[in-house]
Amino acid sequence: MKLLEHEAKAVLRKSGMVVPVGKVVVSPEEVAPALAELGLTEAVLKAQVFTGGRGKAGGVKLFSGAAEGAEIVKKLIGATLVTHQTGPAGEKVGSLLLESKTAIAREIYCSILLDREANAPVLVLSAEGGMEIEEIAETHPEKILKMHPPVGHDLWSFQVLRACNFLSITGETAKEFALVLNQLWKVYQQYDASLLEINPLVVDKDGHVVLLDCKFIVDDNAEYRQKGLGDADADKTAAEIESAKYGLSYVSLDGTVGCMVNGAGLAMATLDLIASVGLMPANFLDVGGSANEEAVTKAFEIVLTDDKVQVILVNIFGGIMKCDIIAQGVINAARKLGVKVPIVVRLQGTNVAEGRKLLAESGLALISADGLDDAAKKVAEAAKGVKA
Amino acid sequence: MSIFVDKNTKVVVIGLTGKAGSFHAAQCKAYGTQIVAGVTPGKGGIIHDGIPVFNTVHEAVNATGADCALIFVPPPGAADAIVGSADAGVPFIVAITEGIPVLDMVWARKEADARGVTLLGPNCPGIVTPGECKIGIAPGFIHKRGKVGIVSRSGTLTYEAVYQTTQLGLGQSTAVGIGGDPVHGLNHVDVLKRFNADPETEGIILIGEIGGPDEQNAAKYIKEHVKKPVVAFIAGAAAPAGKRMGHAGAIVEGKSGTAQAKKEALKAAGALVAETAADIGPLMKKALG
Repeated sequence: MKLLEHEAKAVLRKSGMVVPVGKVVVSPEEVAPALAELGLTEAVLKAQVFTGGRGKAGGVKLFSGAAEGAEIVKKLIGATLVTHQTGPAGEKVGSLLLESKTAIAREIYCSILLDREANAPVLVLSAEGGMEIEEIAETHPEKILKMHPPVGHDLWSFQVLRACNFLSITGETAKEFALVLNQLWKVYQQYDASLLEINPLVVDKDGHVVLLDCKFIVDDNAEYRQKGLGDADADKTAAEIESAKYGLSYVSLDGTVGCMVNGAGLAMATLDLIASVGLMPANFLDVGGSANEEAVTKAFEIVLTDDKVQVILVNIFGGIMKCDIIAQGVINAARKLGVKVPIVVRLQGTNVAEGRKLLAESGLALISADGLDDAAKKVAEAAKGVKA
Repeated sequence: MSIFVDKNTKVVVIGLTGKAGSFHAAQCKAYGTQIVAGVTPGKGGIIHDGIPVFNTVHEAVNATGADCALIFVPPPGAADAIVGSADAGVPFIVAITEGIPVLDMVWARKEADARGVTLLGPNCPGIVTPGECKIGIAPGFIHKRGKVGIVSRSGTLTYEAVYQTTQLGLGQSTAVGIGGDPVHGLNHVDVLKRFNADPETEGIILIGEIGGPDEQNAAKYIKEHVKKPVVAFIAGAAAPAGKRMGHAGAIVEGKSGTAQAKKEALKAAGALVAETAADIGPLMKKALG
């Protein structure tokens, strides 16, 4: 689950860290009262979107006076921001964060994320704040400091000292900075973050540490104990939300070949298989190993009702999942919604004979495939038929 | 020879009386696995499907001498079950549970390491040595004893590779599913080492996916140590960056996690890289002549 900037900052503020004062606005009329409430005359408006790179895309604007601010809100609310991370579809702006300006003396990069090599979270720091860390890591790895904080404890004092030395932070600012690092580490653990990125963390003209922007992703596996942090569905499509209710793992993609598969690995391999014959998948869909007939029916309904889909591939290796349950789900959904596109079905594994029999006797026009190769070939043929 | 487990392995099933634990323990038993005990707190003393149930892993181990724990505990208690098994001195722990919070696994992995035990998974199908034992949720009937060692991050792709090698008459020495979570126990290199040293294993199939450094490390090991033919397949070339593809570990962050980078590393190490999952078995057949 990703948090929007204002949701993330609410967590940071609650945890005792200094973030600029601000208020969320969704209409031009809210600008004047927000400025009055915060005691500001000039401020910054920041589009509340999940993508990075919003500044360059025009999603962050400085303004002076309520009239100018209202104009910006009018323009940005409902607008679509296209950044290098969103792809051409972009991301729609639903709200803006109106925030006080910060007099920046220097910008620092700071994040905590999982280091998969070490099987432990890692604190990443760089003096090159405001930049893309991936780029720095590539070109100037020596400008990055990485340390593994101790799980369940504050940072070691030597780690704090190393951080301050590395970034040349001294005096009162160093004391504040040490406090912030420990608080961030606490927040990372307390809220099951998988990424907590402060970029930039700034030192203002008075030497105070301010967290100017925040990217906060909560581990999906921990959502059951992190309720109420943000809107878990905010960055998902309608189909993704619907499928999650049935315990299905669904991701919307841009292509034309719909698919339904069991197992995440086989589902990924199926996307690759579709790509290998020059087509593009419309979705990733893993029905999992223990889905019942109802969930499989729902899954297939979601694929059937996707307007992009021109061909469907059902690829099942029944281990725990039984092929006859899959077959029955396909038949239920197809009977309910009708079938307007060719459907290629490859079944293998547990109860495969029963599954194939059900499909053969269903009266549905299905294309049966033997192995993975055969399935790919038949999908390609079917796609040609659709285009012609 | 099998790796990690064999017909003498004595398994205690943690979460035996739950739906998944019950079903799969019975399947494992039917395959020939020695299921000697179950653990469900509060249900100690009962016999479930012919298996004695204990309140704690410590009691189960003392009473039965179990040397492998198979964990079906739901996510909120799964890390605790891993550490409990490790603390009871169970040397080999197989965690099937999907969806354990990552920070719980960071802690559980550390505790398991500190006690010197081996962890397989979580979020994995387990391990099968055909004809000897099946510990986990893999469909037993597709396996056939033979000469190919299989190590995979994905359950269904393990089955795919097992099925193909069975169909082609190659069979498997042992099939190991290491799981799809970002923090897990045994990784590709750990299993490669064992297959490399196992005389029964003539060829190795390595199945990886996008995300994490596991496959790059495997490539390095293959290059330096493995003389046996290795067929590799990496799932997720067509997956978009930044999106979680079912498995919590399958998300591309940075360049080294891409399918392309992993394939290139494995190719450079001398592995035969299957372009699609359909090529895995045939490539191995060709390599083994």
